[in-house]
Amino acid sequence: MKTSARYRTTGDRLFDMFNVVCMLMLMAVTLYPFLNMLAISLNDAMDASRGGIFLKPRIFTWYNYEYTLREAAIYHSMLISVLRTLVGTVVTVFCSAMVAYTVSRPEFVLRKLVNVSFILTMYFSGGLIPTYLLHKELHLIGSFWVYIVPGIVGAFNVVIIRSFIEGVPEGIVESAKIDGAGDFGTFMRIVLPLCLPVLATVSLFVAVWQWNSWFDVFLYNSSHIKLSTLQYELMKILQSSGAAMTQKTAGDAFANARGQALNQVTPASIRATMTIIASVPIIVVYPFLQKYFVKGMTLGGVKG
Amino acid sequence: MARKTRWGKLLEQRTLLLMSVPFVLWLIVFRYVPLWGWLIAFQHYRPGKRLLQQEWVGFDHFKFLFQDESFYLVMRNTLAMSLINLTLGFATAIMLAIMLNELRSAFFKRTVQTISYLPHFISWVVASSMIVNALSTDTSGIVNGLLLKVGLIREPILWLAEGKYFWGILGISEVWKNLGWNTIIYLAAITTIDPAQYEAAEIDGANRWQRMLYVTLPGLKPVIVILLILNLGNLLESGFEPQYLLGNGLTADYSENLDLFVLKYGIAMGNFSFATAAGMFKTVISVVLLFGANHIARKLGQPRLF
Repeated sequence: MKTSARYRTTGDRLFDMFNVVCMLMLMAVTLYPFLNMLAISLNDAMDASRGGIFLKPRIFTWYNYEYTLREAAIYHSMLISVLRTLVGTVVTVFCSAMVAYTVSRPEFVLRKLVNVSFILTMYFSGGLIPTYLLHKELHLIGSFWVYIVPGIVGAFNVVIIRSFIEGVPEGIVESAKIDGAGDFGTFMRIVLPLCLPVLATVSLFVAVWQWNSWFDVFLYNSSHIKLSTLQYELMKILQSSGAAMTQKTAGDAFANARGQALNQVTPASIRATMTIIASVPIIVVYPFLQKYFVKGMTLGGVKG
Repeated sequence: MARKTRWGKLLEQRTLLLMSVPFVLWLIVFRYVPLWGWLIAFQHYRPGKRLLQQEWVGFDHFKFLFQDESFYLVMRNTLAMSLINLTLGFATAIMLAIMLNELRSAFFKRTVQTISYLPHFISWVVASSMIVNALSTDTSGIVNGLLLKVGLIREPILWLAEGKYFWGILGISEVWKNLGWNTIIYLAAITTIDPAQYEAAEIDGANRWQRMLYVTLPGLKPVIVILLILNLGNLLESGFEPQYLLGNGLTADYSENLDLFVLKYGIAMGNFSFATAAGMFKTVISVVLLFGANHIARKLGQPRLF
């Protein structure tokens, strides 16, 4: 909706100014926590404990990052995070697409049954405890596969991909079959390439979800340090720095004592550094792929 | 004869079967078998024994649950946080969508959108870390810093140590994280409003404010209704991660919701049966709410979910 310039009244102009100011404030409030974290992580830890760091570091240093990245455990958790994101995304997207293809075939005898059994799971779940006991029974606890196997097909992903496949002209699938391709061949060579846009969207959602997960690590692998992820390591730091939440910071003396013990880092500086490390992949990737994210949201919205 | 063709068809479609049946089996194991696990809500479950060999106790756990005073506290917290998030989330998202729609520069609009969507994609762990930082009492904590500067408070407040602030902090955190993202669906709906309606309103002498109020907002009504239905079904889902990450012993009376209650009794205390009973209560009520809301929507002649 555009109002042509000649109709603009003083009220209009005032509203526009007010609107722009509101939007600028919104952007500032959204970005400030990120920039503040970045500034603290790039500031000398001892100096930062004096407070007063807002948008830029007072005493610039890379030391917090050097210190954090020297830790073998952090490296390992990073590896697991990357691994679960890669494996989880590929497996989930491929399997979801395969199921979506089968329920998109009008001639498939079990089409309804398969479809309904997936859709139903969108409305209920067994809940935390039965699921936990099941995973325990299946020996998934203490295993990397607990990050992958419970989520290999998502009902929601199936719905989104199916509605995309149904938009593909039937003639294309038919002609592939006439040329002698079986269902699997048609799926791999015809349908998958045609679905790339929707697959990109679904992949992004799955990847972000995998990267951000910490609760399954906490629930199933909290005593298996080798399977810890970056988010879970950050969560542990967050929980142990309860002081920041519930006590007034005791001032320089406390910070100095802790700081010296840890050789120039403080719990706060480590936390800031880990926060930045854990969010950087998303912040870097996000602006380029934003349109796919938004597309996914509107695709999902159609179905409701 | 009919039977034969059915089997014949199945044989013919064996590839499709191979492509879907393994996943249906997976679905049964991972999504339907846990429902079978609801049985332990009626048992005195002890690990190590088979499910059907457990001691049966009938509705005892449900009785304990409804007699447990902390359960009512937890329900209060769940509903309060849900309703606060729902109201704040709806109001702010609709407002922002309308304001974004009124921006004259497409480039500026895109920039605002890109930035405001960002927090949706970071994890709650990262977000909580930032929130803790913003609320801290040292001079880097922006919230205390600003309030001190303006003179609203005399000394820094320990925001996360007092229960009475928790719901508000949670509501604002949810808004910070999801506000931009929540506008997407409204913005998509606004693009479907017929421009002729705006022109007609303009000819009738409606000013900009009136056009927002009488054209844009009514245009959003179907989407608002369907999202309300969806969210009413989720009334007992007040979220889990932010409460777990931002809550602590001092604020537990306000931060503990049904999910944390289940986690505490089930995983931390090992009382699987009692926790399952609480979880089952939640699922059953949720399904009832969802169907109820859907029914009401149908009665009102509104679009509905199913």
